[in-house]
Amino acid sequence: MSEDILNRVTKVTVEELGVKAEEVTVAASFTEDLGADSLDVVELVMAFEDEFGIEIPDEDVSEIKTIGDVVNYIQKKSGE
Amino acid sequence: MPDHPAPSGRVVVTGIGVVTPIGTGVETFWANCLAGKNGVRKITLDDVSPFTTQIAAEVPDFEPTDWLDKKEARRIDRVITFAVASARLAMADSGIVLTEELRDNFGVYIGSGIGGLNVMSEQTKVLYQRGPDRVSPFWVPYMIANMPGGIVAIQFGLHGPNMATVTACSTGANTIGEAAHAIKRGDATMMLAGGTEASICDIGIAAFCAARAMSTRNDSPEHASRPFDRDRDGFVMGEGSGVVVLEDYDHAIARGAKIYAEIVGYGMTADAHHITAIASDAKQPARAITRAVASAGITVEDIGYVNAHGTSTPIGDPTETKALKLALGDHAYSVAVSSTKSMIGHTLGAAGAIETIVCILALRDGIMPPTRNLDNPDDACDLDYIPHVARKKELKYALNNSFGFGGHNVSLVLKKHV
Repeated sequence: MSEDILNRVTKVTVEELGVKAEEVTVAASFTEDLGADSLDVVELVMAFEDEFGIEIPDEDVSEIKTIGDVVNYIQKKSGE
Repeated sequence: MPDHPAPSGRVVVTGIGVVTPIGTGVETFWANCLAGKNGVRKITLDDVSPFTTQIAAEVPDFEPTDWLDKKEARRIDRVITFAVASARLAMADSGIVLTEELRDNFGVYIGSGIGGLNVMSEQTKVLYQRGPDRVSPFWVPYMIANMPGGIVAIQFGLHGPNMATVTACSTGANTIGEAAHAIKRGDATMMLAGGTEASICDIGIAAFCAARAMSTRNDSPEHASRPFDRDRDGFVMGEGSGVVVLEDYDHAIARGAKIYAEIVGYGMTADAHHITAIASDAKQPARAITRAVASAGITVEDIGYVNAHGTSTPIGDPTETKALKLALGDHAYSVAVSSTKSMIGHTLGAAGAIETIVCILALRDGIMPPTRNLDNPDDACDLDYIPHVARKKELKYALNNSFGFGGHNVSLVLKKHV
């Protein structure tokens, strides 16, 4: 897992959800652990798209549940 | 079967919260109000350099994280945060302890004249500059004018009636009048009621500039808001919020609450004349005053103080003066009148609430705040407007007037609690 991607994902998540960096673990779920509701998730996904210059289609968003999921998704997407 | 005690038919004010350009919190605001302090300055909240009006009464040093958690504080519209701040201050001031049963019978009527204009402005730019898939999912919830009351209810878990009046610059007076009725009917035992506004942004200033409604005295902001003065040249935009805790009289007495005043009269009429200009015959605002006085069961001679709408516009001030003469008769010349907008500008949807709070405090302390900047009264404005210096007077009843775009005329009568 890319440390650089994880750090940037953590930074964006802390900024968007107002959570502490230590809460943002690889296993943390956005809705279960980090207090995000469905609107928060929409805004968070947009923030990841802006940060990494990628597009995350709606059908992919449903598979992204945790910080680890996002990091892996971005890694795969940037590798393509 | 109602799940709460039968209403007493009387409604009292037991808590006050304000966020204004001259102070946050009731006693700070009140001391500055009595001192005739100025809240108008060069606009800092947005870049308005190309605009004809570049001054406003901003709430200084307002920190959203003082009132909301970090996530909401970062993105929520200022108009909502103002309401939350005033509601928190009013609740604390009331000393109320919330129980599950009380929460079910505790409502919120908080309105805004315009709503979340900052979010509206920012997201419109995002839409046109970056495209429809970049706009925030919070655009709608933070823009709609009922959301300040919605979020206040969430903060305290209040499940009683929740509604937002949107009657432009009479919003804050309407919410208080309607909330008092809700308690009198038995729809609720307690209510948070008031108004909030935060429209000092590019869209807000540009739109009111286009309407030619605002003062352009950019070189001398502290002298720009001058109600009833012959050199007035339009209103000055203000911002802020005012929220009161209203409570059934019996409930307030039973818990030994601090009681500020009683809401005893409420009247409203519509001009049905023009979208923005008040009808020069002043008949409808006069009828609103007459109705408010009649519903209080008093005579006009009982009114000791009037907090005027007094916006500092060329047409508005003499028309309100005429309305007071029509409604109060000869007593118009013996009653004392002042305009809080001379200090805090026109806070639009919050004005009726903040200025009702001024009436309540004037009753409590027996002192009436001045009209700042009233150096030379207009010939058509020939009442006693308390120029420059606050004045002591034992008061029993006070009247608040609020008039809004759309032709809304609203008057409230407050009674001193003894």
